Amino acid sequence: MKILVCISHVPDTTSKINFTEGDTKFDTNGVQFVINPNDEFGLTRAMWFKEKQGAHVTVINVGGTETEPTLRKALAIGADAAIRVNTAASDGFSVAKQLAAVVKEGGYDLIIAGRESIDYNGGMVPGMIAGLINANFVNNCISLEVDGNTAKAIREIDGGKETLSTSLPLVIGGQKGLVEESDLRIPNMRGIMMARQKPLTIVEPIEANNETTSVKFEKPAPKGAVKLVSPDNLDELVNLLHNEAKVI
Amino acid sequence: MSVLVYTESEQGKFKKVAFEVASYAKAVADQLGTTVTAIAINASNISELSSYGVDKVLNISNTQLDAFNAKGYTEAIKQAAEKEASKVIILSSSANSKYLAPLLAVSLNAGYASNVIEAPSSTAPFTVKRTAFTNKAFEMTTINTDTKIVGVSNNSFGLVEKSGSASAEDFSPTISDLGVKVESVDKASNQVSIADAEIVVSGGRGLKGPENWGMIEELASVLGAATACSKPVSDLGWRPHGEHVGQTGKPVASNLYIAIGISGAIQHLAGINASKVKVVINTDPEAPFFKAADYGVVGDAFVVVPQLIEKLKAFKAQQ
Repeated sequence: MKILVCISHVPDTTSKINFTEGDTKFDTNGVQFVINPNDEFGLTRAMWFKEKQGAHVTVINVGGTETEPTLRKALAIGADAAIRVNTAASDGFSVAKQLAAVVKEGGYDLIIAGRESIDYNGGMVPGMIAGLINANFVNNCISLEVDGNTAKAIREIDGGKETLSTSLPLVIGGQKGLVEESDLRIPNMRGIMMARQKPLTIVEPIEANNETTSVKFEKPAPKGAVKLVSPDNLDELVNLLHNEAKVI
Repeated sequence: MSVLVYTESEQGKFKKVAFEVASYAKAVADQLGTTVTAIAINASNISELSSYGVDKVLNISNTQLDAFNAKGYTEAIKQAAEKEASKVIILSSSANSKYLAPLLAVSLNAGYASNVIEAPSSTAPFTVKRTAFTNKAFEMTTINTDTKIVGVSNNSFGLVEKSGSASAEDFSPTISDLGVKVESVDKASNQVSIADAEIVVSGGRGLKGPENWGMIEELASVLGAATACSKPVSDLGWRPHGEHVGQTGKPVASNLYIAIGISGAIQHLAGINASKVKVVINTDPEAPFFKAADYGVVGDAFVVVPQLIEKLKAFKAQQ
């Protein structure tokens, strides 16, 4: 089985979010970048397929040279090869087009992407890849088994979960639950050394217009001080929620 | 050239979010000087949409679409968009709408903006405000394509009632191979889901163990709320992953979020930023969550929550 895992290079979850150039660009100053958490669950599941069922795992990212350490980390975790599409990731649709072009070229059976990246939260790339290559698609995937050409997946729905059957080629939008958090891997020294020997291929982008343009960013207005209520006076809390906040 | 809106239903009944997206579609249609056409799939009481600005309902009855299927629903909405020559399509931010929207965007070659929280600030260029960085910021986005898809964040626009009447037209789209088959659905029918909830009651490690969740559930029941939890709680297996709220869990955009025994890690706060009013109950007055909260009670959850339940029951009885 040939698996492609799409890796987004995102600010660490604890990052302070700031903007620059008149609030039009994300300020990367002092920000640590990591593998998008939703992608990390998918990468770990891909490692499971490789070890238990035999699979060749390639990781891919759309971005400049600054994203290569993130791809190298995925190689150190155990991916066999990496591809970087050499263009800035500026819009979900154009990123999906770049990824779909590589998928078509490489004939992958299973494409795993995170359900969304934790920076722009667009949540569109996995589904768009599926649409562009006409493959089956399961979003919010929290469990995946593959047997030959068939797949059984569980996806999270609002208020529950749903069990699905489908066939390869398949694209999934994965998330926490695909593997347990305790199963996520930290690269060890051997993995880091081996990653240096593994191929990281640079692919030039296809022509793809941006369907959306990020115009400007804003941060939420600063919050007022908390209004503390004594634990001995909970009637006051009920009163505030009813009369002041008007939420009950 | 109507604005097209997909109005979700479950077992024939419209979800609240259907009326919210209809309200949003009406606002967009007013800006564009046009009408609103709704797509209703296997819904029974389509006249309800009249109260939220819908002018016409394309009524689809199709047993192939009894269970949600992203590909099948995409085909239905695409054919409706072509029939109505719609250039703006409005969806919600439910798990199902977020599942189908990217497929629809590809099939219509349309730009898609998700998590949108306000009516467009401009329709030429078509510019919307959406949440980004898991609610730590907002992004103004312009959709450049001829056809535009907008995913409205739940509870962001609210319900706007209008008097009017909607005409109904039966519509029979052609649905091809669905590709993905639903084998089973596991959903608690009597519980409010986090995505739909106007109020969310959430518990953290301060509750000390899963055996203590009864009071969280009781408080939620009194308020008609959904229950949720912090990441450590789901990692410990006290509560299911589906209740984990935060950056790698579910985002919450409720009107009221009550956090009990949750200290307020940055990843958790990012997940609940979009909630309008936040109440924190915690023994530690230095818990970071108090800085993000509107109302706080410094106290032991095991003492405060049972009392709060009683106070709320008394309040509800008076209403």
